[in-house]
Amino acid sequence: MSNTSVAAKKPPLFHIVGRGRGQLPFYQAWGIRLGAFALALILNAVFVYLVVGVDPITFYQTMLKGAFGKGFLWPTIKTSAKLLCIAVALAPAFKMRFWNIGAEGQVLVGGIAAAVVMFYFSDLPAVVILLLMMIVSLVAGALWGVIPAFFKAKMNVNETLFTLMMNYIAMNLVNFFYDLWKGPKTALGKINQSTHAGWLSSLWEKRDANGYLIRGEESLFTNSDFWFVVIICVVAVLMYFYLKYTKQGYEIAVVGESSNTARYAGISVKKVILRTMILSGAICGLCGFLVVSAQSNTVSVSMAGGYGFTAIIVAWLSKFNTFTMAGVSVLIVALEQGAAQMANEYNFMGFSVAAADVMIGIMLLFIVGSEFFIHYKVMFRKSSKEVAAV
Amino acid sequence: MKRFLSLLLACVMVFAVALTMASCEKEEESGKPYGFEETKELAAQGAVNEVAPAVTGDVSKLKVGVILIGNDQEGYTKAHIDGITQAAEALGMDVSTQVMWKYSIPEDESVTSNGEQLIAAGCNVIVSNSYGHQSYMQEMAAAHPEVQFIAMTGDTAASSGLTNLSNAFTKVYESRYVAGVVAGMKLKELIDAGKLTDANYNGENVKIGYVGAFNFAEVMSGYTAFYLGVKSIVENVEMDVHFTDSWYDFDKEKAAAAALVESGCVIISQHADSAGAPTAVEEAWNNGKVAYCVGYNVSMLDAAPNAALTSATNVWSVYYQYAFATAINGGDIASNWSAGYKEGAVKITDLGPNCAEGTQAKVDEVVGKLQAGTLNVFDTSKFTVEGKAITWAYATDSDGDFAYDKNNVVADGYFHESFVQSAPAFNLRIDGINWLNK
Repeated sequence: MSNTSVAAKKPPLFHIVGRGRGQLPFYQAWGIRLGAFALALILNAVFVYLVVGVDPITFYQTMLKGAFGKGFLWPTIKTSAKLLCIAVALAPAFKMRFWNIGAEGQVLVGGIAAAVVMFYFSDLPAVVILLLMMIVSLVAGALWGVIPAFFKAKMNVNETLFTLMMNYIAMNLVNFFYDLWKGPKTALGKINQSTHAGWLSSLWEKRDANGYLIRGEESLFTNSDFWFVVIICVVAVLMYFYLKYTKQGYEIAVVGESSNTARYAGISVKKVILRTMILSGAICGLCGFLVVSAQSNTVSVSMAGGYGFTAIIVAWLSKFNTFTMAGVSVLIVALEQGAAQMANEYNFMGFSVAAADVMIGIMLLFIVGSEFFIHYKVMFRKSSKEVAAV
Repeated sequence: MKRFLSLLLACVMVFAVALTMASCEKEEESGKPYGFEETKELAAQGAVNEVAPAVTGDVSKLKVGVILIGNDQEGYTKAHIDGITQAAEALGMDVSTQVMWKYSIPEDESVTSNGEQLIAAGCNVIVSNSYGHQSYMQEMAAAHPEVQFIAMTGDTAASSGLTNLSNAFTKVYESRYVAGVVAGMKLKELIDAGKLTDANYNGENVKIGYVGAFNFAEVMSGYTAFYLGVKSIVENVEMDVHFTDSWYDFDKEKAAAAALVESGCVIISQHADSAGAPTAVEEAWNNGKVAYCVGYNVSMLDAAPNAALTSATNVWSVYYQYAFATAINGGDIASNWSAGYKEGAVKITDLGPNCAEGTQAKVDEVVGKLQAGTLNVFDTSKFTVEGKAITWAYATDSDGDFAYDKNNVVADGYFHESFVQSAPAFNLRIDGINWLNK
């Protein structure tokens, strides 16, 4: 016998074994998660120390300040809410194992539909125009979601590619209206800036005889961002109950586990797919409406800010539990905001926006990676002695 | 299925309505915003040209946040970065801790998110350097009355009614005119030496070219000033303008300049931010073409050591020093600010080695006249529109339809540029300048 065949029989250094369902106790799973998080924090501190020479304590102080400090908290909350909204929209689709990569586009069409109403029907009363904007946004988002679902249900067309491609159509639709509306200027800017028609704030704003805004007492209830967050929180809570306690939510879970089981149980899989994607798309559309009416007051391809894709991570990490999603959204956005503040303060030492991206990348890799070790066990090769003993 | 179809139908209808409405052009109002016979009263001056006051406040209290459309790799933004840095240093600020930079911020809602970060970080003056940043700056200004906002090159500060929003622009048309004089001197030298061929002429006129970004006032004011500068030296000149529809596109600018040179244009100037045009002209020069270029913002001698004559540029530090010093003193920064040679807010870069003899002396003479106010760039006796000299022209668009409808700025024999507002307003299409692609 040759040496090579002996070597071939030697087991690999390690192999990976699935832990199976529910094998890992609760505290161990969280132990792995927290361990990974701590490792990521340490690695980031080392990275930042090597790149810009900022010591770990200053570094994490700056990160915390940038995410939750005075004046920074609201941007973090409202940005998290946007991410949460899209993740909530994606949850039923992914729970159904329908790979909706098209949230970005569904948000964009929702936004553009709202902006169309805002641009062409600016003379309507504030309540009417906002309601109309919301309705067309919901419909446009639902449409963008249901088209791939229709083809999936009827012809089993791959929904991953289909939803992805729909994003590009949506982006170009945005570009079309953007170019149309900006006229000869270089940029569109805010729509209806002089009248605030279609802006959420128009519901409570008052103007003097010259048309200038009267600035009254600032309160939470006259703050667009506040309502933005409240509406999204309500949607998130409703989605939690929808998925967990309704018949439709149960059907989604069954279809997701096995469409054959669903069929055997008398569930119309096609109907569930269509219905769920209308819901998923409509919530994305709602997000588009909220962004346009309460935040940006205009359209641009960066309206969804790439969160249509980030939300996929959020939804999966949270196992479609909308309350967990809120936490994960805040975590990701806090990282982004903290890193942005690092770039603000230590730019002159060489900490750029690119370095911030690397940092966020390290964090996400560890957080997502920890899930792997929760679901799988790494078995190392037993030492040669043990093998000999066997 | 029915529900799906009705949804589909509803959406198709919404978009159909939008498209129909979009295609309905606004009805053109009759009458032009300029005329050739009657005279009108000069509008009230809105733009001031103050220089920095003596500092009486606490310099350490000022923290400036800067929202930039580009980064230091790009001429226009680099000029702003330099201007802000110089102004801050001149006032004794610590640039590394008292100035925060946000690079490559597009003209969308990222202006708001980045601006909010800067405000939270303690900035009490926020500067943005692109026109498209303005509408977001305006909303932030309304929400943060304690913070001063400066939307460079913008035009809504005065009409917004917000005292904490300001616009500023230099009288860069003056330096473009002087850069035109430099080009004119070179052109004259080439004509006198018999270096030009028939290809360089269109009938009687020598051809020059211009690579412009967009066809609106800021660019039109600039190329007209450049053209009039050339024309002040060489009377029989005409200019072709090629628009690129982008502020920064190296390849497009290079291709446009190459095509202009190929068509016989002797001197190529630009209002676009890359070194594309000078690169193309330098290549043509190396291939034995008679071609020279005049740049913008930064010296083009690196990109075109032989072909570059000079560049028209802004000295932004003059404005930033005024604005920062005013903010330190607790004063109000003017809604509209515009200054030129007199205040040292514009200049041309060092002359290239191939400039004509006597150029520097001529430049000094022209600059002296501009400073003294005896020479006006848009002298109505020096150009014609539709073959006639204008006697009045509006400079303000009050209803947002992109056409001027009030505020006459022609008086005392010249068009008062950057007068009502700091942003350039001259958008007349004068004779002798041809648009190639609009």
